[in-house]
Amino acid sequence: MKVERRDVLKVGGGAAVYSALASMGFFAANPAMASWNKDWFATKSIADTLKAMGVGSTTESSEINITSPDIAENGAVVPVGVASNLPQTQMVAVMVEKNPSMMAGLFEFTDNAVPDVSMRVKMGQSSDVYALVKADGKFYMAKKEIKVTLGGCGG
Amino acid sequence: MARPMRIRARMAGDIADVRVLMAHEMETGTRKVNGKAVPAWFISEVTAQHNGKTVMTAQWGPAVSKNPYMQFKVKGAKAGDKVAVTWKDNKGETRTDEAAIA
Repeated sequence: MKVERRDVLKVGGGAAVYSALASMGFFAANPAMASWNKDWFATKSIADTLKAMGVGSTTESSEINITSPDIAENGAVVPVGVASNLPQTQMVAVMVEKNPSMMAGLFEFTDNAVPDVSMRVKMGQSSDVYALVKADGKFYMAKKEIKVTLGGCGG
Repeated sequence: MARPMRIRARMAGDIADVRVLMAHEMETGTRKVNGKAVPAWFISEVTAQHNGKTVMTAQWGPAVSKNPYMQFKVKGAKAGDKVAVTWKDNKGETRTDEAAIA
């Protein structure tokens, strides 16, 4: 196999090279790129996830709407939408309780975005899906059970 | 090189509704082929910009479906404005695509 320079960068550098290049302004086109928080995506329970994110207490809120089918036929593609009506919503995180790692995705909003996002996630089995919302510095939760008739982890 | 994203942006009142379809394998790292684990390969970071200003950033895990679909809404937009979406995967590859709001 021919080893090219870009491969070497990818394999042997990873984060270090990326951040070095970033500091040199190589990625100036994307200044606001959030850095991926590995720890948040490694947790297996709701308690661990909240701990990893530094979330103390959460309040259940009916102002958070989770849009999804009650029964998903194909666990590989489960549409999930989360909309928050809480004022000053800064963040929305989608978590699937019974997946190998809970966190599916996390969205952070500026003032110019409406906290209403949709995505498609994989679900290994029927599970509760949680939406964690950060609004005005406080954390709120909502959950919804989604039944899956065919798992999405290629089992 | 990754294939381009498909971005559709449409005004609904004074809010722009943006739908993005990305082309990506989104390997979880837990799948096995012939007993050999397929290494994880997924989009980990997404940034959405409206006229060059960031409106939303996202962090994703491998639980996002293959060829990810994402929908978000931008306040204070108008027809003709530019919406750009950038993703970066865990191998460091990135791609940016842009569309005008219809």
